[in-house]
Amino acid sequence: MSHAFVEVQQAAKRFPGAKGGEDLAVFENVSFTLEKGEFVCIIGHSGCGKSTIMNALAGLDRFSDGVMVMEGKEIDGPSLERGVVFQNYSLLPWLSALENVRFGVRARWQQWDGAKVTEHSLRYLEMVGLRDVVERKPAQLSGGMRQRVSIARAFATKPKLLLLDEPFGALDALTRGVIQDELIKIWTRDRQTVFMITHDVDEAILLADRILLMTNGPEARIAEAVEIDLPRPRNRAEIIKHPHFYAIRNYLVDFLVNRSATMRPGDLDKNGLRYPKSINPVDLGSPEANPRPVTDDSTKVAATPNATPLTVTPKETHHG
Amino acid sequence: MDRTTTEWKFSLNVRAGILAMLLLALFLGLWEGLNRAPILGGTGAELSEYEQMMGGADETARVPPPSDIMLRAWDELSNPFYDAGPNDKGIGIQLGHSLFRVLTGYFAAALVAIPIGFLIGMSPLMYKALNPFIQVLRPISPLAWMPLALFIIRDAQASAIFVIFICSIWPMLLNTAFGVAGVRQDWVNVARTHELSPLRTAFKVILPAAAPTILTGMRISIGIAWLVIVAAEMLVGGTGIGYYVWNEWNNLDLTSVIFAILMIGVVGMLLDLALGAVAKLVAYQE
Repeated sequence: MSHAFVEVQQAAKRFPGAKGGEDLAVFENVSFTLEKGEFVCIIGHSGCGKSTIMNALAGLDRFSDGVMVMEGKEIDGPSLERGVVFQNYSLLPWLSALENVRFGVRARWQQWDGAKVTEHSLRYLEMVGLRDVVERKPAQLSGGMRQRVSIARAFATKPKLLLLDEPFGALDALTRGVIQDELIKIWTRDRQTVFMITHDVDEAILLADRILLMTNGPEARIAEAVEIDLPRPRNRAEIIKHPHFYAIRNYLVDFLVNRSATMRPGDLDKNGLRYPKSINPVDLGSPEANPRPVTDDSTKVAATPNATPLTVTPKETHHG
Repeated sequence: MDRTTTEWKFSLNVRAGILAMLLLALFLGLWEGLNRAPILGGTGAELSEYEQMMGGADETARVPPPSDIMLRAWDELSNPFYDAGPNDKGIGIQLGHSLFRVLTGYFAAALVAIPIGFLIGMSPLMYKALNPFIQVLRPISPLAWMPLALFIIRDAQASAIFVIFICSIWPMLLNTAFGVAGVRQDWVNVARTHELSPLRTAFKVILPAAAPTILTGMRISIGIAWLVIVAAEMLVGGTGIGYYVWNEWNNLDLTSVIFAILMIGVVGMLLDLALGAVAKLVAYQE
């Protein structure tokens, strides 16, 4: 067996079919690994089961099949070793920003005295630029500020694995950019392993070391793992000037727009346990290696420089 | 008329206050004016004691006018705690007895209702198992328990407290269950991902999350308890504001009856305000 930090093997999620019909599989045979200190994003259309995978890693949900192992121990139930940042922030509204972070820190280090908990919490709130509003309740904070509190709470407990479920999905583009920068800063300091769901291709390229691509559900699979070899530290302004940027971006957009819907689950399942094929889009420069020439209209639009961040419109499915 | 642009000299509160005072003055004036007993036998003629008791020379007794009631209120409130025998105690003592019964029964009910409500709210099994009992017991008029309570407990005071207990329990129980069952899964997930023990989850997450709903139930309960205590004390007798009303009715002292009715209203309002203040403390905005 390999010894990756986190291993997910042949995971599946099925729901019972209507009236004795066949079970409906959201995804099948999903396997992947996370290395320590790696930042991995997962992209796919709504309904492919990304959130189920995330919740299972968090211990809040269970796969119908498959195993998850972290540092040699099976993941079974929630743990402080795995911190979660939810899309809807999930702050406790009766507690102030500081108290929300303290809630996490106190749970993590129960032997700490009050002053130490407060000091530690304030340090992380300061990192996300919220030093001046720590006494405010979540209802008195903007969406961006709330998500910062949530991020501060998650990082402050120093989990070994950090799970981010579309943390910026509800934020406007400007706020999103600012908080992405803060996330990079705070992640660069602590180098936690991060697993993040996103719908935003640019966000994934900016943040990730690797991007897992999921085909459309039902019967979704992780098709490929795209390696992002752009140099770090990255920032939003510089990254688009990098020669590899558009090769990567076009590859991802092409996958989401075209290939995610047409890939056959059967082709991806051939050999039982199978980790997604590693792809480096930059190496696919020659036309014959490129799975599909970039002639398609939608990819042309996406390939226009300084385009607005392309976000995959969530597609409604019957079991989103 | 556009209320947002019309300029008034005084704030809404001041205007509402003035209007309320006007309505009160109008009401009291009518009451006072329409309840004057006609005095027969010319001016200055003294009424006999019998005539006075029968409402002057009128055929039927009249409701005492507000001026009498205000005088009585002044009398009673200037010495609320006197005790001149079983049938002659100050209004403060009577209200004190009622409040003691209400609060004892009410807090005993809270001690039972909130934990059970928690259990029912957390566990669908317990909810389904206990729901039939609750649905049968809840519509029973609390006073219907009185004979049974008197028989089993054999103590008037404790029986009254039991009646308060049984009438306060349902709104608190159901609201607690409702509040606990409605706690957002996100918040429970926060507790789970932080490895909080079930007990800490209950106190740190579920209780504060459900507190506003629980307080709503407690507020409904205190109102019902205060309604029920008057009737209960009319039945058990001895002390308390309900007994006082009934005793004064037996004495044909309508002035005291009306004064007592007003006091019941004032104390009920104060109880509600107190619970309202507590509700504000635990309220949160999502």
